[in-house]
Amino acid sequence: MTQPIPVTVLTGYLGSGKTTLLNRILSQSHGKKYAVIVNEFGEIGIDNDLIVSSDEEIYEMNNGCVCCTVRGDLIRVISNLMKRRGRFDAIIVETTGLADPAPVAQTFFMDDDVRAWAKLDAVIALVDAKHLMLRLKDAPEAEDQIAFADVILLNKIDLVSDDERGKVEAAIRVLNPHAVIYPTKQADIDLGLILDRGAFDLDRILADDPKFLEPESDHHHHEHNHGHDCGPDCDHPDHEYTTSPHDSEITSVSLRGTEMNSDMFFQWINKITQIDGPDILRLKGIIAFADDPDRYVVQGIHMIVEGDHQRPWKDNEKRESRLVFIGRNLDHEKLTRTFAACHA
Amino acid sequence: MPEINNSNFEVFVEYAGFLGDLPIFALADGTVQILATDNISIMPHNGLLSACLSLDGNKLITGGEDGLVLAINPHGEIHQIADLGDQWVDKIAAGPQGLVGFASGRSAFVVDGNSEQKGFTHARTIEGICFAPKGKRMALARYNGVSLHWTGLDAAPVELEWAGSHTGVTISPNGKFIVTTMQENALHGWRLDNPATGDGKHMRMTGYPTKVKSISWSAKGKWLASSGAPAAIVWPFTSKDGPMGKTPKELGSMGDNLVTVVCCHPSQQVVAIGYDNGMVLAVRIDDEKEAVLRKTGKAPVNSLNWDKKGVRLAFGSEEGEAGVIEI
Ligand SMILES: [Zn+2]
Ligand SMILES: [Zn+2]
Repeated sequence: MTQPIPVTVLTGYLGSGKTTLLNRILSQSHGKKYAVIVNEFGEIGIDNDLIVSSDEEIYEMNNGCVCCTVRGDLIRVISNLMKRRGRFDAIIVETTGLADPAPVAQTFFMDDDVRAWAKLDAVIALVDAKHLMLRLKDAPEAEDQIAFADVILLNKIDLVSDDERGKVEAAIRVLNPHAVIYPTKQADIDLGLILDRGAFDLDRILADDPKFLEPESDHHHHEHNHGHDCGPDCDHPDHEYTTSPHDSEITSVSLRGTEMNSDMFFQWINKITQIDGPDILRLKGIIAFADDPDRYVVQGIHMIVEGDHQRPWKDNEKRESRLVFIGRNLDHEKLTRTFAACHA
Repeated sequence: MPEINNSNFEVFVEYAGFLGDLPIFALADGTVQILATDNISIMPHNGLLSACLSLDGNKLITGGEDGLVLAINPHGEIHQIADLGDQWVDKIAAGPQGLVGFASGRSAFVVDGNSEQKGFTHARTIEGICFAPKGKRMALARYNGVSLHWTGLDAAPVELEWAGSHTGVTISPNGKFIVTTMQENALHGWRLDNPATGDGKHMRMTGYPTKVKSISWSAKGKWLASSGAPAAIVWPFTSKDGPMGKTPKELGSMGDNLVTVVCCHPSQQVVAIGYDNGMVLAVRIDDEKEAVLRKTGKAPVNSLNWDKKGVRLAFGSEEGEAGVIEI
């Protein structure tokens, strides 16, 4: 079998700069050929056999669970594209501003064919720095897209003041403390930084996240634990930025521990995702199992959990388990307690 | 081992079969190869997505990324049936009296022998298409069921409902059963007790480890063979309840190797089976006797079709290996 084709998912509102970015990807000479699955042909001004229009068709899988959904159109288009896989090096999937990113990502885990042919490389969210705060107030999709992303392009940065930019970045961090944020003007970014980087590989996200590696980073797990419960009338300057996301229940919980008992861990993660799956947007982690020479990486979307041995722990590496959940209504106390109970 | 006449086209073989008596291979890049005294190689499409044989066996009907629906005859002459612009035509079917059905996205069309075209639009994508034995009706597989349209009447379709995504559809040769392949690892069936209303019993056929992508009725519709398991799963359809309450036969069980395509013999109760390792087997359904026709290959077998007399079998793989096996 040949290597799976890397897939980048682009989310973001109309006007966030998705089309500009797609045009850059299609017109710059970077030696790579991309097949692009878009919603509307017309948006892109480039004529190309490998631009395929598609219509976000959500399929519920027959287990009757609302969160277990895939994109039927992606399964069809990718199946057809893969018949001539020599034509392109990678696939980009553009989603509409209103799209829930979960079914897109889940397609790459829940459909056997797509899973064999293609591999999710990264979910990139384009964000309009000028309008994000407004979006977050009125559109749950905007929150989901940010919470879900591996990489966030904070676009139109030239249109906001430093102060506004700080607020927007802080609002993003509340929803997703672990995404890589790149500020851009007119979606101008070194494509090498965002494409085919294996950003969906947990290793990368967790290892590249300096905050995660800071020993005291635990306060990042939750925006509400600086000593009091924030309320709507909470106006002290150090977290003024949380006013808008306060309306949402999206938070993240970062867990760390030492060596885990593998049986207990798998039982726990399966149970947690079965019960709380609908509320879990993303989970990613690197786990050290007792008596296992390999690092174990785990990731999940809603009720899907995937894991694999990644590589042996290095001699100078601390055998530490790290896991982050991003989602709605996460019970920080329960997650921390039950995770801790899985220690070897 | 029987004699194999091998080719390698190095492109995904969408369809391997016989046009009249001539072996024909339709490839995903849009080329069509007809093996004759002087081989014919044409490129009717810019990207080919679907192909099937007309019921008289003398035309290959194809659909492409270029939106074209074409009919190709044994001389390599191309007749255009439709042009849907830049829509991908990835579902196609042939019916009696020269009927051709095709679908792209949420629209399906039927064209009759006089080139009269009729269209049907659905709320969800049409994923499968087939004709009833007499061609009066065309079945469209869709999300949450099947729509049975009249090909010649302007009457409302009969809707058969079952939750989930139906990716392909077939009607038994006697017209009494409709079976779909599904996005989940299962087949779903309806016994058509009253074809006018769609009333009838449901049939669930489950237990597959992967998606079923290929199904084929044996001669006279006695059995329905299917891919999606490490053996061909063959369901009995001789009783009026179809396979309900019966266990299927598992033919050509090959350990870990998955069956990717099945094609039943035109007259005998025999099924040809293609595997993901390139192997091809023929198995007699009644006594389960196996004959290895091709030991192995580089890529999964994607297409298998018998010639009219059932003495030759054409195969094609996902990486372009193709050939004709003389039985
Ligand atoms: Zn679910
Ligand atoms: Zn506060």
